[in-house]
Amino acid sequence: MTYFPEEVVEHIFDFLGSHRDRNTVSTVCKAWYQVERLSRQHVFVGNCYAIRPERVMARFPRMKSLSVKGKPHFADFNLVPYDWGGYALPWIEAAARCCTGLEELRLKRMVVSDDGLELLARFFPNFKSLVLVSCDGFSTDGLASIATYCRGLRELDLQENEVDDHGCQWLNCFPDSCTSLVSLNFACLKGEVNAGALERLIARSPNLRSLKLNRAISVESLNKILSRAPHLVDLGTGSFAVDDRAEAYHRLMNCFTKCKTLRCMSGFGEASPCCLKALYPVCINLIVLNLSYAPAIPSDDLIKLICHCSNLQKLWVLDCIGDKGLAVVASTCKELQELRVFPSDIYGAGTTSVTEEGLVAVSSGCPKLNSVLYFCYQMTNSALITVAKNCPHFIRFRLCILDPGKPDPLTNQPLDEGFGAIVRSCKNLRRLSLSGLLTDQVFLFIGLYAKCLEMLSIAFAGNSDKGMIYVLDGCKNLRKLEIRDCPFGDGALLKNVEKYEAMRSLWMSSCEATLGGCKALAAKMPRLNVEIINESGNLVESKENLSDVNKMEKIYVYRSVAGPRNDAPEFVWTL
Amino acid sequence: MEAAASYVKDTELRLGLPGTDAPEKPAAARGSKRALPEAGDDKSKSSEEDCGDRETPVAKAQVVGWPPVRSYRKNSFSLQARKGEAEGAGLYVKVSMDGAPYLRKIDLKVYKGYKELREALDWMFKCFSQGDVSKKEGGNNGSEYAMTYEDKDGDWMLVGDVPWDMFISSCKRLRIMKGSEARGLESRH
Repeated sequence: MTYFPEEVVEHIFDFLGSHRDRNTVSTVCKAWYQVERLSRQHVFVGNCYAIRPERVMARFPRMKSLSVKGKPHFADFNLVPYDWGGYALPWIEAAARCCTGLEELRLKRMVVSDDGLELLARFFPNFKSLVLVSCDGFSTDGLASIATYCRGLRELDLQENEVDDHGCQWLNCFPDSCTSLVSLNFACLKGEVNAGALERLIARSPNLRSLKLNRAISVESLNKILSRAPHLVDLGTGSFAVDDRAEAYHRLMNCFTKCKTLRCMSGFGEASPCCLKALYPVCINLIVLNLSYAPAIPSDDLIKLICHCSNLQKLWVLDCIGDKGLAVVASTCKELQELRVFPSDIYGAGTTSVTEEGLVAVSSGCPKLNSVLYFCYQMTNSALITVAKNCPHFIRFRLCILDPGKPDPLTNQPLDEGFGAIVRSCKNLRRLSLSGLLTDQVFLFIGLYAKCLEMLSIAFAGNSDKGMIYVLDGCKNLRKLEIRDCPFGDGALLKNVEKYEAMRSLWMSSCEATLGGCKALAAKMPRLNVEIINESGNLVESKENLSDVNKMEKIYVYRSVAGPRNDAPEFVWTL
Repeated sequence: MEAAASYVKDTELRLGLPGTDAPEKPAAARGSKRALPEAGDDKSKSSEEDCGDRETPVAKAQVVGWPPVRSYRKNSFSLQARKGEAEGAGLYVKVSMDGAPYLRKIDLKVYKGYKELREALDWMFKCFSQGDVSKKEGGNNGSEYAMTYEDKDGDWMLVGDVPWDMFISSCKRLRIMKGSEARGLESRH
């Protein structure tokens, strides 16, 4: 094949969808490496510190789309200090120097600054799409730059970011000439936007298909917007607070009757139960429904709504839906593929809202179910065994029993057998999160059966180093391992060090690994960055006082060709 | 009191309601390994009896980052919870009455509902009007005035349509409209 002209090889590579496949073909020979790198348009960097931005830009000069991920996953749960790192600016600056043809940037868990956003807006003439997920560090001023300078912007998608509200009317900055918007999501913004400017923007965006409003947008505004954008496919509703006696409510119901293309809905931040009735006209067409930010809706009203949603493929709800509600989901939503049930009562004493019964019901009623995230107060081995039997096609199974280390309430046994059944039955399982009382036995099962597993999250589990060793030895495809509060120490950390080069990263916090163990790991594996994150006190001082037997509170190990970071804060020590 | 200790406690991330202590430890059956990190000072409860027996877990463990729910999601719920609470500041809006030489200011949070509001305004503007400000029963010919308000979108709305809580969260100012203008509004309802 090397004797084919380059254009032919390039054309063949075009059929390779995934970046992993493209990575593979580029290792075949120098010629293929060259053809591949010059034709790659979508570049995915799973860990921003694994490689320097300049190297990425140099290798892929014709890059059109760049995705970068920053902080480790546990940063979502406040386990990573605020200024640990993950800065987007070096990536934007490097692209501004070499890849100004960039059209799309997707960042997850990174620190983005207003300066970075301005750079993005001004230096990339073809820039079309910005997607920021769980990022922080920027304000509405940065959004104003994007709105002002990006000609032909198609997508501005802000998902669950912490954005400072500087009060400036960023939405007003979209010029009258901007008519290209396809997707606009500002649901995470806390501040007000000018309703009139929004309505005018929507009126001149004929291609708009996805719109997610924030809570500041009233139902009156929503009505005006829907009447201007009847071809919306994806809608985040804004406050959705309306009384069903008000005229606005009737207008809303009327608008929804005209929205024939609506397939996905989210928002409902202030929705009261009566508002949901306005949705009945669209329910039959919905494939995605996210009610997980609507805490004021009791189970019975959710049930009435779900009864109309027989084509649902993805459902996110709060646990106030109850087992009864999940039974209705099971009998109604026969197309369901993904279910997420979030806890509604994080701070209080809690009432039992969903138990193992709800999960069993859905597993039994929904034959296409392949992805579950389930927060509950209890789980039994027999329920997990039943779920495993009902759903051999799981690719994602994340169970969070809210009491750490809680056993099976019927038998008082650990949940080893239950999770063992899951990994034995679900041969394509790629992601697994464990909880409840678990011994080393569950890890034996995981190492033995979870051959496709790529990501594993463990908390308050295991008895000894053996647990972690089973996983590292057995899970051939493991890419990310994150562990907290488990009794795994140096023995586990050092047993299979080569494994970490085949993985993206390892996170261990509140475990038993010591400084000596980490030093040994760093010495054996120079292509790994072994970061110690020590927030208590000044690390520089305590470095002298730290002995090799001290246990390290937070360890983050990741493969890297970039060497130690040059932007690490004081409390991060790369060995 | 132990000021330092209580300060540390105040800044801890906890799952329990403020004022609750005694984190729950996972069952001793797990073995001798370290249970929970030292996130709290008092561990007065050893909670073997808690695990599995109760239907409702009472004292939650004071554990950072548990349950694994994104801070964004946690914050959006606490925002809503706080919205429901009475905030100290009060909700002052201007009240104007057509023909009156000066405006008044009232705190909407002080009133429990529309009836009280009307009665209060009635009393406040009594000196400027011959008749009652409040809507009399029997509809159109009853009142000389109508109470209207400017909402968040800048529209002038008739007072009384929406639930009280929704009203006070969207009312920016009040206007007591009189005469023919009022009758025009009234006749539509």
